[in-house]
Amino acid sequence: MNRLPFHAPGQKLDAMTVITGAQGVAHAIRQIDPDVFPVYPITPQTPIIQTLSQFVADGLCHTHVLDVESEHSAMSAAIGAALAGVRTMTATASQGLALMVEVIYLAASMRAPIVTAVGNRALSGPINIHGDHSDAMLARDSGAVQLFVENAEEAYHFTIIATRVAEDPRVLLPVMVGLDGFTITHSAEPVALLPDERVRAFVGPYSYPYPLLGPEVGTYGPFAMPDSYFECKRQQIAALENGLEVFEQVSAAFADLAGRHYLAVEPYRLAGAQAALVMMGSHCGTAKDVVDGLRSQGLPVGLLQIRLYRPFPREMVGRLLADIPQVAVLDKASSPGTLPPLFLDVAASVSHPRQLVSVIYGLGGRDVPAADLAGLYHGLLEQRLPQATPWYLKGRPAWDEEDEPWPT
Amino acid sequence: MANIKDLAQRAQAQPRFGPGHSLCRGCGIPIVVRTVLSSIPGRVVVINATGCLEVATTRYPFTAWQVPWIHVAFENAAAVASGVEAAYHVLAARGNLAEPVTLVVFAGDGGTYDIGLQALSGALERGHRFIYVCYDNEAYMNTGIQRSSATPFGAATTTSPGGRQTIGKPEPRKNIVEIVAAHRIPYVAQAALSHWQDLSDKVQRAYHADGPAFLNVLSSCPPGWGHEPSDSVSVVRMAVDSGYWPLVEVIEGHWRLTYQPEERIPVVKWLRRQGRFQHLFRNGQEEAIEKIHASIDEEWHKMVKRDADDAFWFRTEEAQRWNQVPILPTAWEPRLGTPVWESFRESPHQG
Repeated sequence: MNRLPFHAPGQKLDAMTVITGAQGVAHAIRQIDPDVFPVYPITPQTPIIQTLSQFVADGLCHTHVLDVESEHSAMSAAIGAALAGVRTMTATASQGLALMVEVIYLAASMRAPIVTAVGNRALSGPINIHGDHSDAMLARDSGAVQLFVENAEEAYHFTIIATRVAEDPRVLLPVMVGLDGFTITHSAEPVALLPDERVRAFVGPYSYPYPLLGPEVGTYGPFAMPDSYFECKRQQIAALENGLEVFEQVSAAFADLAGRHYLAVEPYRLAGAQAALVMMGSHCGTAKDVVDGLRSQGLPVGLLQIRLYRPFPREMVGRLLADIPQVAVLDKASSPGTLPPLFLDVAASVSHPRQLVSVIYGLGGRDVPAADLAGLYHGLLEQRLPQATPWYLKGRPAWDEEDEPWPT
Repeated sequence: MANIKDLAQRAQAQPRFGPGHSLCRGCGIPIVVRTVLSSIPGRVVVINATGCLEVATTRYPFTAWQVPWIHVAFENAAAVASGVEAAYHVLAARGNLAEPVTLVVFAGDGGTYDIGLQALSGALERGHRFIYVCYDNEAYMNTGIQRSSATPFGAATTTSPGGRQTIGKPEPRKNIVEIVAAHRIPYVAQAALSHWQDLSDKVQRAYHADGPAFLNVLSSCPPGWGHEPSDSVSVVRMAVDSGYWPLVEVIEGHWRLTYQPEERIPVVKWLRRQGRFQHLFRNGQEEAIEKIHASIDEEWHKMVKRDADDAFWFRTEEAQRWNQVPILPTAWEPRLGTPVWESFRESPHQG
């Protein structure tokens, strides 16, 4: 069994604080102490900004929380501040992220290293405040690095990791840290907070090349005609691709600090597995329990957890899934008219032809019962699941829209 | 009071804008930009909204800007300025800045009256210290002359054409000065490129405002308004002299006219000079012309009354500091004071 221990070696449970994922992010921000934090409230991100504002009010950090009038302005102000030469972070979710997307593209193109905590939430309509990954998928092609965490502690850790990834000169891009709405943002768990000064030392001082308010005179955000736009984009794509190597280096350094070594793509009991799920976000925790249960029954199942979604670690995913005959990719988002985003990424990473099932789950915060995941593993092992069309893991709906029983 | 020689000398001694831009012949925007930038001492950082000015001055890999300049998008210039201003305070508190900086935002009427209004309103409410200059040419000129909420009643644009059954834009223009003044910021003004002295004085007062300052400057657009490029200044001057475009200031909530023509010229003269109003004459739209005439009269008299009502304040002692022109400092003084949020901190940002 290669599952990580609940707490790192040497840590005592009584040294842990019980906090939510949102509070974990707020604690990370307090320790990093960014200079400017332009933000607009939206559920389920709001507890991040409320907690941070209280930290500032109590003098625990010096961040200027800039309460702007929309998420569009939040990211716009963040670009202004980050390029002017100070460390800048923000947070958002769902419709707020949707409003912000135009400016996230610009943050990536202007190489603004802005860490954004995203309390992943469904997109309207119908309006719904609960967790899924639709909002993050809206920014999928923006050029931002995207990370998805599993629990409150990871939300805390990844906010720290993201800061160094974003500001690495090889990357210099916005980084979105996705924590599932409510499941992570509002659920309290034991988290071992690191010493403030060690976190500050880990992220180091902010240094932006050629800041707008620096001694040099520059033109930022010019107009590019067809003769130069392509080159700008190509460099931006190359910077994002650097994100994988940089993430691995920062993550290895973080392991020395926190005793946790996060992988861009984490195999969980994949050795000898005949069936595997590919997932990201909070439900990986549920899936790990299901895998443990099925493995104890002797069933060869495993999980591939995607933590770094952009850049997508294509080579790693292909290698880790190479010997697994039955694979289902679980998307907490849809892409109407085609197969969902994570499935397409995985399909493009593995060798063909092979068994690959697409499953859509958890939309709008729908429960994901462990029994449903276990059923999925059984379905995979018995090769009962359809391919080429997305299958829906419906949990417990209020009503059954059609008579479409789970294949048993 | 800076004279034109001062402005020219400053522009030559410390070039800030151009040459090398590709704005149209007769475009009013570079006149506005140069007058504004020449009237501000010390270091300037420009924040620009998407529009004619932005696309015509920064075609990569060239730039017409010799001051730090940033553009992000169309609707967010005031928000970007908010972020730069917040960063400025952090860097200043740490002692990381060699000299003070004045932030100047340039945006067109589309980026100010319409799509950028929310970001502008938010930034004004938060009290960020910048000089926001709207170069108002009364339509979306960069995309090819579409009506904006700054387009006056009766003007033809490609989306409010004059036709057999229409009179051009059927709605009157939005009064952005009143909207901005409603935010109770220290300094709001309306100016015109034709009255450069007035504009320069207003920029200098805006420079000294302890908070956001806003200037709405009537520019010109030969292709959009339909006049000869060489007529830009005279057409704008007629807009002022007819009373269509009153030159006003709103200082700490008090209104005054900064220029009163000895005799207002008939607005028809101004309308006749521009292609965008020609359909009103061709189609015999006397009623529409009469309506334009009546509404300008009404607005003008409202302004004259406001000017008279607030005249007492401008004679008070507290108003005198605003009357001290020239106010261009010879020595450096911090442009941006200590922000409210910083003054409550015991230990500001440690580098």
